[in-house]
Amino acid sequence: MWNFVSPRIVFGEGALDALDELQGRRALIVTDVNMVRLGLVDKVKAHLAKAGIDSEVFDQVEPDPSVETASRGAGKALDLQPDWIIALGGGSPIDAAKAIWVLYERPDMEAGAIGPVGDLGLRKKARLITIPTTSGTGAEATWAIVLTDTAEKRKMGLGHPENVADIAIVDPEMAAGMPPRLTADTGLDALVHAVEGYTCAWHTDLTDGLCLQAARLVFRYLPRAVRDGGDTEARERMHNAATCAGLGFGNAMASMAHAMGHSLGAAFHVPHGRSVALFLPYTIDFFASVAPDRFAELGAAAGLPNDGGEQGAREFASHIRALCRDIGNPTTVAETGIARDGYEAQLDKLADDAMNDTQMVTAVRPPSLEETRSLFLYAYDGRSVDF
Amino acid sequence: MAFKFPTDEWVKEFARQINSSKAYEEAGKDWEGDWIFVVEADKSYPHTACFFIGLFHGKVTDAALIENEKAREAQYFMRGSFTTWRKTIQGKLDPIQGLMTRKFKLEGNLAKVLRNPSSAKELVNCVLRVPTEFPV
Repeated sequence: MWNFVSPRIVFGEGALDALDELQGRRALIVTDVNMVRLGLVDKVKAHLAKAGIDSEVFDQVEPDPSVETASRGAGKALDLQPDWIIALGGGSPIDAAKAIWVLYERPDMEAGAIGPVGDLGLRKKARLITIPTTSGTGAEATWAIVLTDTAEKRKMGLGHPENVADIAIVDPEMAAGMPPRLTADTGLDALVHAVEGYTCAWHTDLTDGLCLQAARLVFRYLPRAVRDGGDTEARERMHNAATCAGLGFGNAMASMAHAMGHSLGAAFHVPHGRSVALFLPYTIDFFASVAPDRFAELGAAAGLPNDGGEQGAREFASHIRALCRDIGNPTTVAETGIARDGYEAQLDKLADDAMNDTQMVTAVRPPSLEETRSLFLYAYDGRSVDF
Repeated sequence: MAFKFPTDEWVKEFARQINSSKAYEEAGKDWEGDWIFVVEADKSYPHTACFFIGLFHGKVTDAALIENEKAREAQYFMRGSFTTWRKTIQGKLDPIQGLMTRKFKLEGNLAKVLRNPSSAKELVNCVLRVPTEFPV
């Protein structure tokens, strides 16, 4: 027995108009200062005004939002008493908004205890709308929440199926202004979601198709979207790919590249998509000997030549590296600019945090601590995985 | 030799598997907290059974079949039907998925459990190594 959870998804050009018909009194928009500066918050406020909904803004969400930020946002919500929480931005504001919503409804809880067990009892005070402004995180469609424990410099995988949004508004215009680097990083995040959602131990028949389609779309449209931000077809298809991948992995799980990427991101502030995409080919090479077929299937579905089996899995990993290079993303940790001595000094913590990341539980070849440590080392210089 | 579930011999073998696991020793090195596993009666097994498993820094401190869940103190309780436990021990149900689908119920500090998923995973690997015989 398993569950598939999803918001109502309004997508395509003009999807933001769905806000005009919202029923309610007051909304709290959870976002970051960039969304205010780019005018996207004003756009959302204008639609809410058409619906007769007053709105206030919490724009203090930082990249890799902390537990403290979620608590501050919940405090704002408790003061305002909104009946809608509106998450506007990339993965960070959306994850923060989910946590803020939970803590607003359940002030008795601590953020670190938002886990997928028991009842949360949400929707007594408010409901959640997610509006992604990047094409990759998939957070608009998932119940996952990633918050950072700043004291331990560690990302925590949290969330409960109840905290999935009520409505996700996937309007490509909201992501049209992304610069090339952000387009590349977030688009690769969507690819990692698709690949890990398809190959993790918890994949199902209901998630497989979404992940395959998302992978196809990323290989086809991400290079175009990075090269020409005005390519509206590529923008729209990437926006859809991110949501497909979000539904896919969100109802299965991510896996080891996410566990390693979370560790690196928390320690060295490497953007999430860049970080997880960097590790993905190494984890595929690590898995290739024990579970090759699904990686080869992904390659075939994306129209990439491969010989099937273990070799096919490794070829798929090579195609991912080639895609990263094509759009200017690093394929080794060294290429991110992290100095070797600083990296090696953190190696034990990187491996330990990855082993204790919730995404690690679905690895199809559970690694030992020593193997995880080795993978971090191999990924630093781009060595071929030979164990 | 197979160990009958749910018996004291079975839980002691489970403890032996844990204590001989280097992977659990590493994964559970920060874990401090005792568990009581409650096997609830159902159609397949009409009795309730309770196991105590004390865990501290990667090792089992004590393991025993206990009379009832009040017989020992513990910080964590995991409850499920006999059939749910059987599926888990046979490797047919991931207990984390079991928790998410409410086949298992957990009492205790969830935040602490969420911060230590690898130790939970290794406990599952240990239970899979116990040769187990179930009542028919």
